[in-house]
Amino acid sequence: MSLRPDLAKIAELVPEGVRVLDVGCGEGELMDVLRRERGVDARGMEIDPELVEKSVSRGLSVVQGDADRDLADYPDAAFDVAILSQTLQTASRPDYMLDQLLRIGRTAFVSFPNFAYWKMRLSLLMNGRMPVTRHLPVSWYETKNIHHLTVDDFRQLIADKGVTVEGCWFFADGKEIGGSNANWRAEHAVFRLSR
Amino acid sequence: MATALASDLTTLTLGAPLALDSGKQLANVELAYETYGELNADKSNAILIFHALTGDQFVAKTHPLTGKPGWWDRMVGPGKPIDTARYHVICANVIGSCLGSTGPASAAQDGEPYGMRFPVITIRDMVRAQVGLLDALGIERLHAVVGGSMGGMQALSFAANFPGRTERVLAIATTARHSAQNIAFHEVGRQAIMADPDWEGGDYYARGKGPEKGLAVARMAAHITYLSEQGLTDKFGRQLQDRDAKSFGFDADFQVESYLRYQGLAFTDRFDANSYLYITRAMDYFDLAEEHGGLLADAFREASDTRFCVVSFDTDWLYPTSESRNVVHALNAVAAPVSFVELSAPFGHDSFLLECPALDRVVKGFLG
Repeated sequence: MSLRPDLAKIAELVPEGVRVLDVGCGEGELMDVLRRERGVDARGMEIDPELVEKSVSRGLSVVQGDADRDLADYPDAAFDVAILSQTLQTASRPDYMLDQLLRIGRTAFVSFPNFAYWKMRLSLLMNGRMPVTRHLPVSWYETKNIHHLTVDDFRQLIADKGVTVEGCWFFADGKEIGGSNANWRAEHAVFRLSR
Repeated sequence: MATALASDLTTLTLGAPLALDSGKQLANVELAYETYGELNADKSNAILIFHALTGDQFVAKTHPLTGKPGWWDRMVGPGKPIDTARYHVICANVIGSCLGSTGPASAAQDGEPYGMRFPVITIRDMVRAQVGLLDALGIERLHAVVGGSMGGMQALSFAANFPGRTERVLAIATTARHSAQNIAFHEVGRQAIMADPDWEGGDYYARGKGPEKGLAVARMAAHITYLSEQGLTDKFGRQLQDRDAKSFGFDADFQVESYLRYQGLAFTDRFDANSYLYITRAMDYFDLAEEHGGLLADAFREASDTRFCVVSFDTDWLYPTSESRNVVHALNAVAAPVSFVELSAPFGHDSFLLECPALDRVVKGFLG
C-alpha cells in the first residue's frame, strides 16, 4: 500500500524514534509506516469510529475524538511532532486548532488542499459552481470541508500568529512540484511549522 | 440457593492475611480460579480477565451450577479474539462473591458463615487478592488485564495500583467512579434484599433458604439497567405473554414482565444475596480519582508506559461513553498510549457480552 503523496512526504521528514500524534489519522496508514519504518512512537486521533476500529485492530493507539474539542486534553509539548493531515479545513476554528497543534507538538506538519489551484479557479470561473475534484470529491452541501483555504491564506494566518515555517512542499497530480507560484500551481500543500 | 461442589472448583489459599481498604484484615483468603491455554516457559503470555458483578471464573467453561456455557465463551477460546491457543488466560472469582472465593457465605474463624460479619470490601481489595494469586502462580508481568463493567473497574484499578505488572489494559463498558445514578440503582437492589423477611440480618445460611424474593427483585431492577430501551422495545414491545388480552390483574401480562421475573428467579439459583450486597457496595465505593488525591490523571501517572484500550457502547446508559472519555482524558494527560472507541451496538451495557463483531476485532487487534 502506498501513501498519499502528502503523507509520504511527511513520513520522509519525521525523524526516527520520535513521539508523534497524528490528528485525523484515518485508518492509521501513516502511523503504520512511521511505526514500522522509522521506529516512531505514534498515537492517533480520529473522529470516525469505524476508522478508529480499523486502526486499533491493526495494533495502533488511536483515540476516537473530535480534534475541535479533544486536543485540549493533551499536555503541552507531549509530542515531538504533531501531524494534521487534510483536517484543518474541517475545523470549526482552524486558527484555534493550529494553536493546539503547536502547543502539543514541538513541530507540526499541516497538509491541506489548496482551493486556489488553477484547475479549481478555472472550474469556478467557467462553471460558476463549487468545484468537485479528485481531492475535494464531495458536493458543497455534504462536504466536511467547511473552511476552504488557499496556500496564501495559510501563509497569512501563520504570519499573523508569528509561527515559524520550517519548510513547505507542494503537490499537483500526485507529484511534488516546486514552490514557485504555489498558490496557483499546487493542488495541495504540506507545511512544517514550529513556534 | 445452590452451592457449587468443591470438586468443580480450583482454589488457592493466600499465604498472608489480606489488608483491606477499610483497615480490617481478611485471613485465610481462598480464591477460586480457572485457567485456559498453556502458560509459556518465560510466563509472559498470561492474561488476567476480571469478571463483572455477578460473573465468575467460568469464562469459557460450562458453569457448574447452571450447566450453561461460560459467560464470555464467544470471546475466549482457541482461535477466538482472546486466543487460548496463544495466551494463558486466568480468571478468579472475586472476594465477596460466592463461587468458591472467600465471601459472606464462607466460614469465619468460629466456623460459622460470616454473614454480615464479613468486612466491607472495595474494588481495590478484589484486585489485591488477585495480585496475591498472581504472586502464588509466579506470574510477575501479565500480557494484559481485561475486564468489562466491574471487570473494567478492576482492570483500571490494577493499572493504577500495580503499574508495571501488566503490559496492556483493556477496559470495556466501564467507569472510573460510580455515579449517583449508579449508586441509586444499587441501593434499590440492596433494600429489596434487606426488606425480605427471609434475609434475617444476613443469617440465613443455616436455614438453607435465603431472601430469594428480594434478590430476584434486585436482579430485575439491575437487569433493566443492562439493556437499552430500544433493545427492550425490539425484543418485547408491548406484547402479551401467552394470552390474547390483558387480564386486568397482576399476573405477568406483558412479555417483558415474564422475562424479568424469569431472570430474577434464575439468578437466585446461582447467587448469594449477601454477596450481592457486598459486591454492589464495593462498586459504589469505587472512585479511582478519590483514591489518588482527587485527580484521575494522578492514578495513572506510574502507568504511563502501559498500553490502554478503552471501549464504550453508544447504547450503554449505565456507564455511558462520557465515563470512558473521563478515563481517556486522564490517560492523555499523562501521555499514556491509549486507544479509545465508542462502538455501535443495540444491546445497551450488556453489549460487551453479546454479539458485536467490531468488539471482537478491537480486542484481537489490541492484544496483538
